[in-house]
Amino acid sequence: MTDAHAMERPGALDVAAVRREFPILSETVRGKPLVFLDSAASAQKPRKVIEAMVSAMEHQYANVHRGLHWMSERTTEAYESARDAAAAFLGAGDRDEIVFVRNTTEAINLVAHSYGRGMLRAGDAVLISEMEHHSNIVPWQMLRDSHGVELRVAPVTEAGELDMAGFVALLADGRVRLVSITHMSNVLGTYTPAERIVRLAHDAGAKVMLDGSQAAVHRKVNVEALGCDFYVFTGHKLYGPTGIGVLWARRELLEAMPPFLGGGDMISSVSFERSTWARVPHKFEAGTPAILEAIGLKAAIEWTTALGWDAIAAHEQALTDHALARLSAIEGVSILGRAQDRGGVVSFTLDGVHAHDVATILDRQGIAVRAGQHCAEPLIRRFGLDSTVRASVAAYTTLGEIDCLVEQLVRVRAFFR
Amino acid sequence: MSETAFDELRDLYQEVILDHGRHPRNHRRLADADRSAKGDNPICGDRVEVFLRLGPDGRIAEAAFDGRGCAISQASASLMTEIVPGRTAEEARAISAALRTLARTGTCPVCEGAVAEAMERLTPLGGVSEYPSRVKCATLAWHALDAALSSEGKVTTE
Repeated sequence: MTDAHAMERPGALDVAAVRREFPILSETVRGKPLVFLDSAASAQKPRKVIEAMVSAMEHQYANVHRGLHWMSERTTEAYESARDAAAAFLGAGDRDEIVFVRNTTEAINLVAHSYGRGMLRAGDAVLISEMEHHSNIVPWQMLRDSHGVELRVAPVTEAGELDMAGFVALLADGRVRLVSITHMSNVLGTYTPAERIVRLAHDAGAKVMLDGSQAAVHRKVNVEALGCDFYVFTGHKLYGPTGIGVLWARRELLEAMPPFLGGGDMISSVSFERSTWARVPHKFEAGTPAILEAIGLKAAIEWTTALGWDAIAAHEQALTDHALARLSAIEGVSILGRAQDRGGVVSFTLDGVHAHDVATILDRQGIAVRAGQHCAEPLIRRFGLDSTVRASVAAYTTLGEIDCLVEQLVRVRAFFR
Repeated sequence: MSETAFDELRDLYQEVILDHGRHPRNHRRLADADRSAKGDNPICGDRVEVFLRLGPDGRIAEAAFDGRGCAISQASASLMTEIVPGRTAEEARAISAALRTLARTGTCPVCEGAVAEAMERLTPLGGVSEYPSRVKCATLAWHALDAALSSEGKVTTE
């Protein structure tokens, strides 16, 4: 199957046209065309995002929520319209349920700090899974150690799926108050059965937070359909800028939660005796926010929406199927996980060659992959490994780039033999 | 065969590195070690533990290492275990310092005296200087060696 064939399908993504929107994709690396297979770490930026941010800086910029002048009012409108875009992106009915943060890590820390310390008590439990990114492990360990909250870890099967029996067993005593779990593993590519997790957790009296860092980039997300209570994602993996992420939470939760950071913009009134908080979401947005980055995120959301989530998902599914088929045909390659429902993140090992050596050699061929533990050390260890190579796809990835990876891996193996 | 040659990578993966990477020497735990230390590289997950047995004269009598890692880190640890026996702690530290300079800069400005012949063997590791993210692979075992010599027990490189 070639890209040309892919383009013939009605409604299919025109990958060549998509690629033309990314200036960086015409760069060469070490004299070779860039083959960027590390989008799961951070995606490249389309012209629309770059131009939106540059245009704001050139034509329409001031601080938000403060000035009574024209520039501030216009900038506030642009910043707040990013909130509308984020709400629509997540299918959230209430724009005030969108809190802008720096990234997913900050969003989870906000919830761990504010919901965790404010609303959980010693003896309550938080349930995560074995396939979490460090950002969905460490904040809960900090909460456990400071606050006496128990941290439980649901196991992952050999196939790289959530062990549902194990998950259910950990909910059984009714002490779990919050389930915080990835929507799609950044190592295995596994989608977790979010609706089912939500149903089971709610039945057991627990709220649910989904880490959408990966999932939100590959599939249409609808928080109302998922039924979750918190959803978090980051802008820079969604073709947007760094420094901007989103925490979505149900209004009643945000209203009940104490503030996270204190300062300007998050208060209603301040005296030396006491201060009162601004209404949500501003209660959680202390200080000057990432204004330009929010404008960039809005452009990224509009860009992906215009491309169409069905088209993006279908294209990436074809890439993933192709990558899995071709990689598993290479002698010595072992792919980590074989989940039924999986997306465009493929981790693998090459027999006899360390992941870092693989990555360095691929880099010399212009191919960018990630090697190591992918900020998920417990998961890598659970599979008895020290490190893996990870290739990940995006809307701009081509089947030809997967073939290029495969071709070079065959050479790497021969080189080290 | 050009199909698998990767000529442009020979600066990094010289034959001695590939050889020691494939077949690391002294890759075992020393039961009677007088000193040992662990080195961690949390970015890539490499872990190495260095063991030293000291002779009656205080010189290093035997060196070994345990752990898994990339070809560079394994080769560097392997070469280390061949180079430091017979040397005093001061000499071993001097070689370690020179190796770190070599890995960072690709050249060895202090390669004279007792260190010279050792550094000649380590020269192939200078190739990592062109690959900033790989410098720590070459230096991990040597950080652990330094820690073992001063009995710090555990070090981390990032």
